[in-house]
Amino acid sequence: MIRQVDGRAAFAYTAAHELDPGKPSVVFVHGAGLDHSWFGLQSRYFGYHGWNALAVDLPGHGRSAGPPLPSVPDLADWIFGFLEKSEVQKVSIVGHSMGSLIALECAARRPEKVERIALLGTAFPMKVSEAFLDAARRNDTAAFDMSTIWGHAPQVPLGGNPNPGMWMYGDTLARLARLAPGVLYTDLKACNDYAAGLESAARVQCPALFILGRRDVMTPPKSAAALAQAVKGARTALLPPSGHSLMAEAPDATLDALIEFFAAGSGARPGS
Amino acid sequence: MAGPRSYPRYPGFDTLALHAGQSPDAATGSRAVPIYQTTSYVFPDTEHAASLFNMERAGHVYSRISNPTVAVLEERIAALEGGVGAIATASGQAALHLAIVTLMDAGSHIVASNALYGGSHNLLGYTLKRFGIETTFVSPREPQNFRKALKGNTRLLFGETLGNPGLDVLDIPAVAKIAHEAGVPLLVDSTFTTPYLMKPFELGADLLYHSATKFLGGHGVAIGGVLVDSGRFDWEASGKFATLTAPYEGFHNMDFEEESGTRAFLLRARREGLRDFGACMAPMTAFQILQGVETLHLRMPRHVESARKVVAFLSSHPAVEKVLYPEAPGHPDHELAKKLLPRGCGAVFSFDIKGGRAAGKAFIEALRIFSHLANVGDAKSLVIHPATTTHYRMSDDDLRRSGITPGTVRLSIGLEDPQDLIDDLDRALRASQK
Repeated sequence: MIRQVDGRAAFAYTAAHELDPGKPSVVFVHGAGLDHSWFGLQSRYFGYHGWNALAVDLPGHGRSAGPPLPSVPDLADWIFGFLEKSEVQKVSIVGHSMGSLIALECAARRPEKVERIALLGTAFPMKVSEAFLDAARRNDTAAFDMSTIWGHAPQVPLGGNPNPGMWMYGDTLARLARLAPGVLYTDLKACNDYAAGLESAARVQCPALFILGRRDVMTPPKSAAALAQAVKGARTALLPPSGHSLMAEAPDATLDALIEFFAAGSGARPGS
Repeated sequence: MAGPRSYPRYPGFDTLALHAGQSPDAATGSRAVPIYQTTSYVFPDTEHAASLFNMERAGHVYSRISNPTVAVLEERIAALEGGVGAIATASGQAALHLAIVTLMDAGSHIVASNALYGGSHNLLGYTLKRFGIETTFVSPREPQNFRKALKGNTRLLFGETLGNPGLDVLDIPAVAKIAHEAGVPLLVDSTFTTPYLMKPFELGADLLYHSATKFLGGHGVAIGGVLVDSGRFDWEASGKFATLTAPYEGFHNMDFEEESGTRAFLLRARREGLRDFGACMAPMTAFQILQGVETLHLRMPRHVESARKVVAFLSSHPAVEKVLYPEAPGHPDHELAKKLLPRGCGAVFSFDIKGGRAAGKAFIEALRIFSHLANVGDAKSLVIHPATTTHYRMSDDDLRRSGITPGTVRLSIGLEDPQDLIDDLDRALRASQK
């Protein structure tokens, strides 16, 4: 579905369902340089199991008009703007990588609106190496290579894709190749510059789940430890075979962790 | 998000040829790719089954749609080509058909090279016409011919990386530019070159397929095809591909592009094309082709090296009118071949024998090592006379436009001792002139 946010087209995938005010809502927020379809399997599941699933394309990504927004707080405000235009009152938020920081910031800023957050492939601080940032700044395809290789567990290029017939590296590269110049850099810089993680974590009032990949080289599990400790009552699910691209590398384990987490909440039980 | 400090690199071609798509079997530890000779897969529970059918979970349901052994081949070829994924099919022809029916409906139009495998020419020129899909054939030697043939309903440009049988080199960058300016993709048949000699996606092609029967397998024991998508073509922006961008009643009103972005083409091809047309690859076939792929990087250099020796021999033989091999300075695409095919122009080529049809017949019958049959890309050397076999349905005019004469002979150079091949050819050429 398309909504106008700040005068620009904003898209969210809803699994071919109209929003139903009687259902709980869950927003999926993608990471740097990606789009809504990175959550394809998981968002589709929730859309068909009793939820309003809204997998957004952040500004400048996928089907949402640019320009990309420069900071995590700006992106959190954009999420609330989108929800307002969609007449969604309360949400749970699932965020991956950069999207996890946005989810965290949303929960901290508007605790009355956010019911649960699931942070996937997260870290704080989410520092980006100077080489990576510099390549992205120059729109050098080396940045795409770094994002692709570091964005998956080391065994991915040699192992099987759970999604039959697909080549994860190729899929990531094709997505990045569709980006307008500067988008990846803007995203990476937003991650790198985000400084409020621990303060925001302390303000989170809702249940939180961290889903981390044991073989993540982009955001290793240990780099999420401080954040997980700062969110009161947060739980962590460590997925052994996965790297940073949890939704693609371990789609079922990621989905199962989300189902269990949301089943414990006050919203509709997935599957109902 | 720091990542390791060193600049990362991708696994090399040789490593991917051996490993991509497969980790040791989780159930048994099997290092070799297991042959999952099964039609179907037990669902853990009804909820899981429903999720598989509705594409909420990854996995296998029925081997016409996907199979673990076949999936290894698909992922491996996608990795070697640099695509987002692949679909293995019952044959190369099935791959071409799957690509076309996934992209377009009756009333659509294709612009294709006229230097095509005879089977592809039949499909495009005769069979698809019955179903309302028209094709205009153009000489690939001048890329602007593709532009001139465009119509409002054109949905695809198509050619072979090396045309069959004259080895016309398709100027992929130029033809891709024309395709993209027209808002349509370029599909190439990459059978003769394999990803070892050329990676069409790096040159601008959007889709490609192989007859895996040929060099990918290399052993001549299995028929198969593989269709690969680069994931780079923006179907939504083009606005010409309703099969990928409009809700599909046949699959829960799915808008494939909205659902999966870069994977839209393959998703529809698998979920509709394999489901409904059913030209899937058998697991045993996938296993057999995988055995060939694992040595592709060793076999192709040898194929090319031996082909060069044979071309050199034939080029100076008094019974030979001309040799059509792009590395030969006299070939019309010599300069283009140097640019697009620096690793070599493959091991399938044609030459014209002096004496026309009768000499060609005598030549073939005198050969001892070369096998006279309708295939190429085998480890064993092969020979055929196109005018009476692969291209026999084509009119004389079509033959001429494809650069074939009654005396044209096509060779596929195998992995035997190249001197033995030269001796065999020399003996047969002398016999042909008696």
